Amino acid sequence: MNAGYVGRRLLTTVYTLLVVSFLVFAMTQLLPADAAVTLLGNSATPEALASVRAQLGLDQPAWWQYWHWFSGVLSGDFGQSMRTGQAVAPMMFGALGRSLLLAFLALVLMLVIAIPLGIVSALRRGKAADLIIGIISYVGISLPEFVTATVLALLFADVLGWLPATGYVPLTEDVAGWLAHMILPTLTVSMILVAHVSRMVRSEMVDVMASDYIRAARLKGLSSRRVVLHHALRNAMLPTITIVALDVGYLLGGIIVVEEIFAIPGIGRALIVAVQSRDLPAIQAGVLIIAATYALANFLADLAYAWLDRRIQYA
Amino acid sequence: MPDSLKTLVRSPQGVVGGGLCLLAIVLVVLGPWLAPFEPNALSFTARYQPPGPMHWFGTDQMGRDVLSRVMIGARDTIVMSLLATAIAMVLGAVIGTLSAYLGGWVDEAIMRTMDAIMAIPSLLFALLIVATLGKSDVNAVAAIAIAFTPGMVRVARSVALAVRTQDYVSAAIVRGESTSHIVVREMLPNIVAPVIVEGTVRVAFAVMLFATLSFLGLGAQPPSSEWGLMVSEARSHLFTAPWMMIMPGLCIALVAIGFNLLGDGLRDALNPRSRT
Repeated sequence: MNAGYVGRRLLTTVYTLLVVSFLVFAMTQLLPADAAVTLLGNSATPEALASVRAQLGLDQPAWWQYWHWFSGVLSGDFGQSMRTGQAVAPMMFGALGRSLLLAFLALVLMLVIAIPLGIVSALRRGKAADLIIGIISYVGISLPEFVTATVLALLFADVLGWLPATGYVPLTEDVAGWLAHMILPTLTVSMILVAHVSRMVRSEMVDVMASDYIRAARLKGLSSRRVVLHHALRNAMLPTITIVALDVGYLLGGIIVVEEIFAIPGIGRALIVAVQSRDLPAIQAGVLIIAATYALANFLADLAYAWLDRRIQYA
Repeated sequence: MPDSLKTLVRSPQGVVGGGLCLLAIVLVVLGPWLAPFEPNALSFTARYQPPGPMHWFGTDQMGRDVLSRVMIGARDTIVMSLLATAIAMVLGAVIGTLSAYLGGWVDEAIMRTMDAIMAIPSLLFALLIVATLGKSDVNAVAAIAIAFTPGMVRVARSVALAVRTQDYVSAAIVRGESTSHIVVREMLPNIVAPVIVEGTVRVAFAVMLFATLSFLGLGAQPPSSEWGLMVSEARSHLFTAPWMMIMPGLCIALVAIGFNLLGDGLRDALNPRSRT
């Protein structure tokens, strides 16, 4: 991995975020014929419309509006919420922290479950275990989060009564309470990812296990445990990193739904509230922050990939 | 093509997936005639009835027959998802082929923009579009179609790049055909198969995404019996009448499984490399 590759990859990430910021701004503020009317409705008084226009800068040319908003974003100022009148940035970043904790838990749980499942089904290809894991992963991939979440809540909160159905306790107040509230959301979010990633690990493992160097390792008389864990898994994991990074986008989408269902005050819930109340600055901030998180995850995954796979010299 | 169709029918994925999709289409076409009850008929004597011989899927808080509502709702959920995917397929195929044909900086600009759109998770992008256009089922379809287009563009472009070097395209250029003729008449027909495969898998996502948007109150609106909306309305009665939520939830999952299996089956059947 050389500095040139990192630089170019950083450049595309920045370009992506620029385009995203432009898209977000254009779609929320420029596209509606008059965002002030969209916000207040047709019955609004001219004075109210004028004050909203001034607040959003709608009386200025488009490039000025964009620049004004974007330069604010760069200095960490996303404007004031139209719903609460408070600054958007502290609210959104606080919510982002809680969401990232959930995302991290889900990602860890997913890897802990998905990798062994993938290995087992690759090693037992065509046998009963492979078939069962395959069927389960099809079911997992096809259940939307809101269905999984409702079924889990029904089962663990109502029938068994083991866990709280909804709500949130801050980590700093009560670790056990926080964990109890996080279990069902984490399970829900990781379900689809487990199904997807275990299939990926399986197909990579199948390819790797059929390769010459694995046959050589076997012929050398190494134990199959050593062959699988030391020789095969390492190479099968490389493409998986990219897939996991791409899945972070799906994970972030899943988190939006799960936070809404389990009433977790994360960025997804904040975004839904913003969409329902048409709070433009909050929508812009929410979408941009989530997209930036995703872009950053992909950037880091590419660096990790290049660092792990020394064969690739990105010239 | 007949050979690959044979492979598809012989694979267990293809049979199960095709069967589920066929069932879904039957529901869409014949749903209103098959439904045993009027989907919005209220009955205060038959509220919260668990599944039984009279009401196979039970009844809801207003005594409406859940099975009939699910059957009618199939139209909303499945037709809307198919429509969104079809729009994305057409847009993606045209943009992708055009991008590959034109090449150079135009291609570069189009593809980098598509990359940027793909950097927004599709649910998030759909939320953004619904926030702009307002919440309705048509806007949700538009949102899903636009969110899915970049993926289709990528698939179409990668195939079109190979088609671009074929002799018949060079011949058309030499004949002096217009860009639109070459893209639409010469290149597009040859990239249809991979786009359809990608589209079939995408329908499964579209079903889930559309149901999710409706669940969040941003897609289909009451009194529609769209499945995601049904699950959302059933949530407040979850502990008294769990079947109200489980039945439509199960239907979403079955349709998604069907299209996932069919898509994977098609991919295997059309891709000679994976036939091992």
